[in-house]
Formats: sequence, structure tokens, C-alpha cells
Amino acid sequence: MNEQQARTIVLQALREIAPEVSPDELDPDAPFQDQIDIDSMDFLNLIIGLQERTGVEIPERDYPTMDSLRACTTYLVTAGAARSA
Amino acid sequence: MPSLGADMDAGTLLEWHVKPGDTVKRGDVVALVDTDKAAIDVEIFQGGVIEQLLVAEGDRVPVGTVLATVHSPAETTPPPVASPEPPRAPAPRPVVAAPAPPHETKPPTVEPAPPARQARPVSPVVRRLAHQLGVDLQAIHGTGRSGAITRADVEGAAVATASTPPAARPARPTEAPPPPPAEAAVPARARPTPTRASPAARRRAQELRVDLAGLHGSGPDGAVTLADVDRATQTPRPQAAAPTQPPTTERPTAPAAATGSAAERHLAMRQAIAALMARSKREIPHYYLATHIDLQRTLRWLQEENSARSVADRLLPAALLLKAVALAIHEVPEMNGFMEADQFTPSHAVHLGVAISLRQGGLIAPAIHDADRLSLGELMHALRDLVTRARAGRLRGSEMSDPTITVTNLGEQGVESVFGVIYPPQVALVGFGKITEQPWAADGMVGARPIVTATLAADHRISDGHRGGLFLAAIDQLLQEPEAL
Repeated sequence: MNEQQARTIVLQALREIAPEVSPDELDPDAPFQDQIDIDSMDFLNLIIGLQERTGVEIPERDYPTMDSLRACTTYLVTAGAARSA
Repeated sequence: MPSLGADMDAGTLLEWHVKPGDTVKRGDVVALVDTDKAAIDVEIFQGGVIEQLLVAEGDRVPVGTVLATVHSPAETTPPPVASPEPPRAPAPRPVVAAPAPPHETKPPTVEPAPPARQARPVSPVVRRLAHQLGVDLQAIHGTGRSGAITRADVEGAAVATASTPPAARPARPTEAPPPPPAEAAVPARARPTPTRASPAARRRAQELRVDLAGLHGSGPDGAVTLADVDRATQTPRPQAAAPTQPPTTERPTAPAAATGSAAERHLAMRQAIAALMARSKREIPHYYLATHIDLQRTLRWLQEENSARSVADRLLPAALLLKAVALAIHEVPEMNGFMEADQFTPSHAVHLGVAISLRQGGLIAPAIHDADRLSLGELMHALRDLVTRARAGRLRGSEMSDPTITVTNLGEQGVESVFGVIYPPQVALVGFGKITEQPWAADGMVGARPIVTATLAADHRISDGHRGGLFLAAIDQLLQEPEAL
């Protein structure tokens, strides 16, 4: 999984929980919480959506690091690489 | 048209899922109805064969309108009694009416088991009939078993009322101001009024000294509903001069058209919320309590538990908070139930209403049924499912109509505490704020602990601060033993 693929997957999962989000307006480095109305249930659904799409198991302790589009993308790329290695 | 929440007085039939001749069983989803808040799947309360659909797709009709007729093979046997009574007396729960019995048929002699909270037994079918005919059940003598009011009693009372020809309904109060208070203050009983009205509407009209005869009725057959009375006492809207419409195809008079623009829908939802909350603040003497709860043990356990669970099965702290509330009700049951007509009926089942904010704005509080009997995993699944469907606008009718207590969790938005407004006819609302790390003294030491502020808004007619305090203490105690939740 390269960065572009990972980004597409994150945006897909994000659109499921927050359909009003437009990818162009999303600052990839700013925390989701500052840009989108997202609660813990939404975030859990995002994580579940990512796992369903990529098969990457995301432990709860990693949640805090996954707070922006770029952070999620990087996480998936790294975890995907670790899995296939 | 079922009442899908205490704030609903009309709904738009969006889709039929059945057609005449279809066989249905109790609990089947037969239609999709749009309230001002959401599209709701409506379940049928009685099995049988669909005879006729009486309301067309796209029509907006008042609560209580018969949507369809069902031929039930067990017509003379009691309908299922497991179905709980509707939370609001004048709003009938049944979704689709059974056909009226042929004239030569005797009314059923076996009446269904009495609903627990009713002093005199009245079956849902009879209650609905009474509502449709504008008959006050309180004023009828029951001839059925153990004083039960039968269909015949209601029909008889309706005929007696109808023998006085209904006066030409005057226009809304904007055009014809209500008669002077002296006349309006005459009790309804002393002067038989030809106006049809629900019992609650009559009571309210009496309280507010509004003459029912001066009101436009939006209920079935032009019956005056509680909402009509409330409207009459508010500042009249500029375009309130709509002529009387045939009740079954009444066009929306409020800017609440279900097919309207997003702005109109938003306005309709705000109005629905405003009406219900205003009623709550007007009728319910609230008292408020708050306590801080140390969640250190709870969250440590949760972290451990979640590490062993797959992503989709992980629990949110909210699931533990909800479960603790549901179990605490067993210790202080007077927080759970309905207050109707100045009488409190505790509920044995715990149907936990969960306040869910919608992405497009607004709020909805559907129920997780029997939350006290679900495992944490089941409760979490139910919560996720409910939030997802609420936000997608696909809730089921039973979820909307029967929460017995509500929990609101505003912690997500970052506030530390929330003092809620009780959803009538419920009698309590529990609020949780944000879980924050705070200095906490325990065992002579000060340390940083995750703390949540739990609040209670409860109805002083039913309970007082002492019992409310015990309720919050029970929630605290339950959260200290998360493994037992």
C-alpha cells in the first residue's frame, strides 16, 4: 500500500462517518477534531472502517496518534509494510 | 399514524412496504414515516392480512390517523398484551388499525389484560378508537370484564356526543378571538361541548381557560389536540389563517413539510424540540443534582478489556456509563417510567433513551431496549447501531416511542457537566460530561485521576433529592466495579 492508496482509503472511511467533508478542504496536517464534528463513536467507526478496508489491526493505544489525515495515512502505510514484511 | 416520540403530532407517509393482500406478522416493518426529525421504520402491532391502505405515499397526517386496515384471523381474541402502552395517553401506539367489526358482530367480550398503569382496563384498540372519536375515556362507564371499557362503550359514548351536531368550526384564534374568560372558565362537564378533543387537550384547555369550541382541531376528524390548545395560547403566527382541511389529507400548516428544503426541515426540527422542551419546563418541576465520579478503576479495566477485543468489538466508556445507569435503576426504580395525567407508572423494563446529536444539527433520543439485560458488548453494538441509524435517518418506531429514561453524554463536545431537560412523559435524565484528568484526593493523597461529572435532572413530583442522590451514588458504585457491569 503506497501513500496515495492509503490516503484514498482514509478519505473513503471518513466520508462514511462525515459525508459533508470535502477532501479538498481538509488540511492533512490539522487534527480532525479541529475541522470536523467528530465524536468518539465516529472515531471508532473510522478505525473500524480502516481495518475493514486494509486488514490492519489498530490497537487502542495507537488511537491518539491517528488524529489527522496525514497521521492516518502514514500509520496505514507503515503498518501495511510491517504486515507484508 | 403512531406517535414516534412525545414531540410528534403529525407524520408523512413516505413509503409503504406492504400492499393489500399481504400477510404480516406483529413487528414487521410496514411503512416508512417521516417525522419532523427523521425517517422512521414503522412496525405493525398486530398480525393479519392487509386489507386496505388508507393513506397515500406522500400524505402528511396527524398522529392517530388510521393508516391501513388489517384483517386479523384472531379478531375476537385479545391483541398481544406484551406491547407496552404508549408513553403519551392521547397518542395511540398502534400503527395500523384493525377493521371495525361488522355491525351484526357483537363487540369482543373478552377484553385484553389491562395495561398496568391504567386504573380501569382499556385495550389499545379501544383507546385508539376513543381517540379517533374524541371520546374521553375517563367519562365512560365500562361494561366489560372487571369494569373494562369495551369498543361498544366508546362507540355508544361517541354516538351520544355526535347527536349534538358539531358547530361550524370557527376559524383560528387570529381571526376569532376566544370568548371572554368568564365563559371559557365554565367547566367542560357542566356544558356538553360539541367539540371533539383528546382528554389531555380538554384538561389543558381547562387549565389555560381556552374555549375548545374556538379552536381549529388538527387531530382525527377535526379533534382538538393538545398541540392545538398550546398553539392557541401562543402568539399567533402571521399566516395562521389556513382554512379547515379534511383531517386525513391535511396539509402541513407549520413550515414542516417533510419534503421541504433542508432549511425547512431544520426549522421543523427546532420547532419540535422547542415544543417538547417548553412543555417539559412548564409541566415538570425539575430538580438537579451533580456528583464527580472517579473513573480510574473503570478506565483501567476498560483498557485491559479492549486490548483483548477486536476493533469492531471494542467498548467506548459511554457503554459502561449507560450500563451503570441501567443497573442503578434497579435500586431507585422511581427514576424510570412515565408521568401521565398526574399519575406515575414505573416501568419494569429499562429502555434507555440515548440523546444523539445529528450531523445536520438537532437532536434525537431513541431507546436501547432492555439495556439493563444486555452485556457490555451487546450494549455497545446496540449503541453503535443506534447512532449509525439515527444519523442515517433510519430508526424504528418502537425505538422512538418508548424510552423510559434518557441519558445525554455531552462529554464529546468538551463540556464538564450538563443539566438536562427531562423528556416528557419521562421523569429523569442523566447527564455525563467530559472525562477529564483532575486532582483527586483519596486515602490522604492527592493524585491525578480521570473524573466525570454525572448529573441528574429529575421530576420532583415523583422523587426528591435524597432518592436522586442515592441514584447517582448507585451509578458511581457500579462504575467502581466495571467487571460486574
